[in-house]
Order: sequence, then C-alpha cells, then structure tokens
Amino acid sequence: MSTKDNNPAPALLLETAQQSRRRFIARAGALTFSGVAVAMLGGRSTALAAGTADKAIEQDIRILNTAIAAEHEAVAAYQLGAESGLLQPEVLKVAVAFQGHHKEHVDALVKAVRSLGGKDAQARDDYHFPVDKLKKQADVLQFAAGLERGAVSAYAGAIPVFGNRDLSAAAASILADEAMHWAVLRHALGLDPVPGAFFS
Amino acid sequence: MYCNRPSLSWRSPAAAALLAATASILLSLPVAAQAPADLAAGEQAYAKCMGCHSPEHNRTGPLHCGLLGRESGSVKDYDYSQAMRKARIIWNAETLDQFLAAPLSNVPGTSMGFAGIPDSQERRNLIAWLATLNASSDRCRSILSKPRENS
Repeated sequence: MSTKDNNPAPALLLETAQQSRRRFIARAGALTFSGVAVAMLGGRSTALAAGTADKAIEQDIRILNTAIAAEHEAVAAYQLGAESGLLQPEVLKVAVAFQGHHKEHVDALVKAVRSLGGKDAQARDDYHFPVDKLKKQADVLQFAAGLERGAVSAYAGAIPVFGNRDLSAAAASILADEAMHWAVLRHALGLDPVPGAFFS
Repeated sequence: MYCNRPSLSWRSPAAAALLAATASILLSLPVAAQAPADLAAGEQAYAKCMGCHSPEHNRTGPLHCGLLGRESGSVKDYDYSQAMRKARIIWNAETLDQFLAAPLSNVPGTSMGFAGIPDSQERRNLIAWLATLNASSDRCRSILSKPRENS
C-alpha cells in the first residue's frame, strides 16, 4: 500500500494548492518525515507541475540535494572504512549499521525531492578521502567522526532555512541520528562523547 | 505649508548648551572597536563548514584553497548553482562577511543551504583562517600551483 493510500493529506493539498505554504502547513499539522510528510509533499509536486511552484520550493529542493550529496559521501566513506580491514569485528558491525542509517537518509531525502518535482543529486563516481592517513582503526573512527560532526553542522545550518517546516522537522530527526553517531564514535576514540551542553 | 517652529540661533546660549550636551554624549559613546581575528578560533569555526567543504578538494561544496581573491563560481570541476555562477562576486573579507552572514539572501539560489553565521566576530575569525589557505600554505601550495585548478 502506498503512503498516499492511507492518508487524506494529498487531497487536502490539491484543494489548497493556491494557498500560501504556511497556511497549508498550519492546517496540515505536525508530520513525520518518512510517512505522512512524503505523501503530502507528493501533493505539492502536483502544484509544482501545474506551475504554482514558488521560490521556496525550489530552495527546499536545493537544500535537500545538498544533504543528499553529503549523505552519499557518508555512505561511501563508511564503505571505505568497512573495506579497510582496519576495523575490529564489533566495530565493523557498528560502522555498517551507521552506513545503513545514511542510506536510509538518502532514500528519504530522495523521495522528498522527487515528491517536490525535483531531480535528486547523484552519488559521485569518486570521493577524495584521506586513504593514505588511515593506518589503524582509530584513524578510521576519527575520519568518520569528522564527517558526522560536519553532518551535524550542515543539518543545524539547514534546519532554519527550509521553507517547509516539515522538512525542518525531518532534518532535525536526521541531525539527531548524526549526533548519536558522532557521540558513539567519540566514545570509541576515548573522547568525551558529549563535549558540551550546546553544539557549535 | 509653513510650520511655525521656535527658532534657535546657533549663537544663543541655549544652542551652545545643546551642542555641548550632544558632543558630550557622542564622546562618551564607546567606539565599536573590532577585536582582532583569532586564527585558532577561526579554524574551530571551520568545523561548521566541514560537513560540505574541505580546503583541498571539491566535496558537496567547492574547495577552499585560494578562496580569497577568487571569483565566485570559478573552481574547476565543481558543479555550481546557476545563481553562484552568475553572482560574479570576488571573495574578499567584505564579500565573504556579507555572504557568510546570510548565504541564501546574499546569493538567492545558492546551493549552500545554510542559515549563516550571525556572530560577526566568528565570521571575522573564520575569514581570517580561510585567508591562510593561500598558495603559501602547505596544504594548498600544490593545489594552487596546478594550472587552471582555480580561475
């Protein structure tokens, strides 16, 4: 069953396609990203095709695609780590699990972009990773921690600028996941997993 | 239409008192002195950029070696937004300060979906550190010496 089948939101969207984005969101209420929001964004894609898209939607698509590009990079980085032969079996399991999360992020973000009528960013053919500096497990963990920390910053910077507040909520959900990754990796490195009350 | 306002001669005692009071207030205001840039803090601030950027390589965002003095949208092999390609900004301390404060309003249509850095001192620190990523820095020398790596 598709997400649309169990959700009346698309019909509501079609009805309100001419209304302002904020009025629409206010009527739609709180949403989660993976289910209802994607279906509702599907409704917005109809509006996009009908020529009622606005600059805010275009901006949201660009921000989503920037996030997709970063998530693709993270998936590739964990692949590098997993294939490095430097990770102990238990650590490898965690790395593969984290990679799986990033793949799920990609899937969700891609759905959102397509639902908005956009074209999703593709993974690059190659990435510039510091392969020559990865000599031991800690190097791999440090590298991964740096990427996760960067991802937290990127989502923190993106959340306030989405035109669609549902996407902000979705990005916050992903940010929380990245922050947990970062904390676990810091802990594995013997660092304070939560270095402060605020992230900056 | 004329308005009947009480006139105030510049030579009158009242005017002199007013001028003296104004000067006193102005002189007592603290001068908005800018703290010098802190390179170490700027390097720390760069962590915010590292989700998408690196000095040496194009990632989700373009590389930063040679950023200051470069024209926007000009790094080789980086797929810029149309907005950034058309912006024709020369990145210097002033233009970067404006952009980093609010990227999306400074260059509408940029792919840099980032709210910005509201703190002017943090921007100053970050820009000062970015300025070190020049041809004389160890990490950028080889990159910037390549022909047409950056235009």
